[in-house]
Amino acid sequence: MNRHLHPGTRATAVSALVVASLSLSACSGGSASHSPSSSPSTAAARGPITLATGKDTSGNLEKLVDGWNAKHPKETVTINELPAAADGQLQQLVQNAQVQSDAYSVLALDITWTSEFAANRWIDKIPTGIIPANTFPSAIDSATYRGTTYAIPWQSNGGLLFYRSDLLRKAGISNAPTTWTEMQADCAKVLALPDTEGASCYAGQFDKYEGLVVNFAEAVQSADGELFDKDGKPTVNTAESKSALTWLVDRFKDKTIPAKSRTYQEENGRKEFQDGKLVFLRQWPYVWDLANKTDGSSKVAGKFDVAPLPGKNGPGSSTLGGLNLAVSSFTKNKATALDFITYLASPETQRANLLATSQAPTLTSLYDDPELQKKFPYLPALKESINQSVPRPKVVRYGDVSSAIQEAVYPVIAGQAAPEEALSSLQKKLEQITTP
Amino acid sequence: MRESLYRQAEGIDANGFVIQDERFVGLDNYRDVFTGQQADLFWNAFDNTTFFTFTTVAIEIILGLAMALVMHRAMRGRALVRAAILVPWAIPTAVSALLWRWIFDADGVANALLGRQILWTADGPAAKAAVIISDTWKTAPFIGLLVLAGLQLIPKELYEAAHVDGAGPWRQFRAITLPMIRPVLVVAVLFRMLDVLRMFDLPYVLIGNQKHSVETLSMLAFNEAGNLRYGPAAAFSTLLFCYVVLVAFVFVKLLGAEVIGQAATRRVRHRRRSAARRSRKTATT
Repeated sequence: MNRHLHPGTRATAVSALVVASLSLSACSGGSASHSPSSSPSTAAARGPITLATGKDTSGNLEKLVDGWNAKHPKETVTINELPAAADGQLQQLVQNAQVQSDAYSVLALDITWTSEFAANRWIDKIPTGIIPANTFPSAIDSATYRGTTYAIPWQSNGGLLFYRSDLLRKAGISNAPTTWTEMQADCAKVLALPDTEGASCYAGQFDKYEGLVVNFAEAVQSADGELFDKDGKPTVNTAESKSALTWLVDRFKDKTIPAKSRTYQEENGRKEFQDGKLVFLRQWPYVWDLANKTDGSSKVAGKFDVAPLPGKNGPGSSTLGGLNLAVSSFTKNKATALDFITYLASPETQRANLLATSQAPTLTSLYDDPELQKKFPYLPALKESINQSVPRPKVVRYGDVSSAIQEAVYPVIAGQAAPEEALSSLQKKLEQITTP
Repeated sequence: MRESLYRQAEGIDANGFVIQDERFVGLDNYRDVFTGQQADLFWNAFDNTTFFTFTTVAIEIILGLAMALVMHRAMRGRALVRAAILVPWAIPTAVSALLWRWIFDADGVANALLGRQILWTADGPAAKAAVIISDTWKTAPFIGLLVLAGLQLIPKELYEAAHVDGAGPWRQFRAITLPMIRPVLVVAVLFRMLDVLRMFDLPYVLIGNQKHSVETLSMLAFNEAGNLRYGPAAAFSTLLFCYVVLVAFVFVKLLGAEVIGQAATRRVRHRRRSAARRSRKTATT
């Protein structure tokens, strides 16, 4: 295949690679699923290990690893940086697992991948009692597949409502809105002010990508619906989902949400908010630091605040984000790997990491720490957001579920399809994907 | 190729573990591409790929030709112009795609110039236009340079003779320039066509994944492989490969053969024509 295909396209190159890796795994006898190589000898083995993770933009991970290496000179950790883009990371991790390579010992998994890796037996179970007691229940849930824990939550994330507290005050509003109706009423008042010309009310991430799935799921959850029930069966064709989707469509129609936010990913919306052109923005906490910069890059420094997301009848619900740490089934020094992720997830390390990178920790205790709250005033709101959050569907074929949702929802918010039909065909599609 | 005849069974056992077994499915992956669940995706990607190939190559040929003619004329600073024109071609596609992504941003330069808000990077006809524009920007210079090389091989005497014979610029272009640069042009078009047929990074970065209005066959294969369905991914890749071969073959047969046998066919045509004239003459007498 390598030889016959036209070289050059990434797609064909990838499939060629994948084919090569598959035939390799076939040669090594038996497929990955049938022979998890967790023999007792390796489970207790110690020695150098590697950590496979996405690009470390903060540079702090290296410091944390250096701290470990200084104390454990015989069990050093090497960071293996994967591509910055999530799908690139996933691809590399999957390929490595399929050839049962021991190149990666500890895997930093986006919480949506955990089920897939557990179901394929690419990661080991985590012994009970290792996860710190005050970890968010939703984060533990995201590391669990069919009742068994496969990873330790390391970083968390929840959506927040960023809002212009200065404008709200000017319009005589003292509290952030907790419902959609309140938010719209607030907007009407704020946008009537003379100095908000050209501004819009609300934006999220509505481009056709994973962010749309997150925003759609939040709308459904905030209208008391759910995408999947407890047994993993899709439940999108319900009155709640319909009212959520209809709300989004209507807000696009009446320009509460500007049309251009159909091309927004995280950064576009952040820029718009920092330029002072949005009253409300649904975003991740990382925006706090950037929007508060006083070097001229943000016009709203000190003029905004955060609150949990609003919902249909009361406070809304966020989609859970974050990273879980897991031990690869194919690595040699598993005891060291387990110790290392325990170290990374420990309260001290998470605290240091929060201070250095403002990355949301998974321990509730850190959110109540007055010293940390002083430095990161958004922590209480974030804690509430994560407490109310729901992990994305825990399905083996998450990629397909995500595509199906994007496919169904995007034409609807563009006004090209009706919510009813889109949701009923999405329901059928999701049933197809989730039934083996 | 072998992989395209297999498919991973995606069963899950009672404990939630994936039962992986790779099965030989014969041509089922191919059948699915044309008639199964994937058919809509495939035909959409096929249409897009074909559409992009023909529109971009046509526009690029015209622009490239114009650029070459300009460069051929301009005497002073020609080297500079040539270097400047090469810049778009030298930039990696992914980088130029990012560049255009900013230009086509909702608040970007394109909309500022047009004075209205077009959502270029949303899924729709505007996205197709954005891809065509940026692809043309990037590769028209490539054709321009190839054609320029061809232009420089044309002896000056030909034009001088034509001038003496009283041929105007348009007539000179039709009678001398075009036929003389035809071999270069054919190579340029062939190169570009094969390039566009496997287009991937430009729409992927500029517009995004999952956007059907710009999804090409390469993107489709990439997505399938990304979702761990290697059988169908291999089938898509193999089909794309066949399509590329077919286009190249037809193209070489139609135009390339004529390039080589140009003199011969012309002689034959001439002989046929004079024979016809002779027979007509005999018929009238």
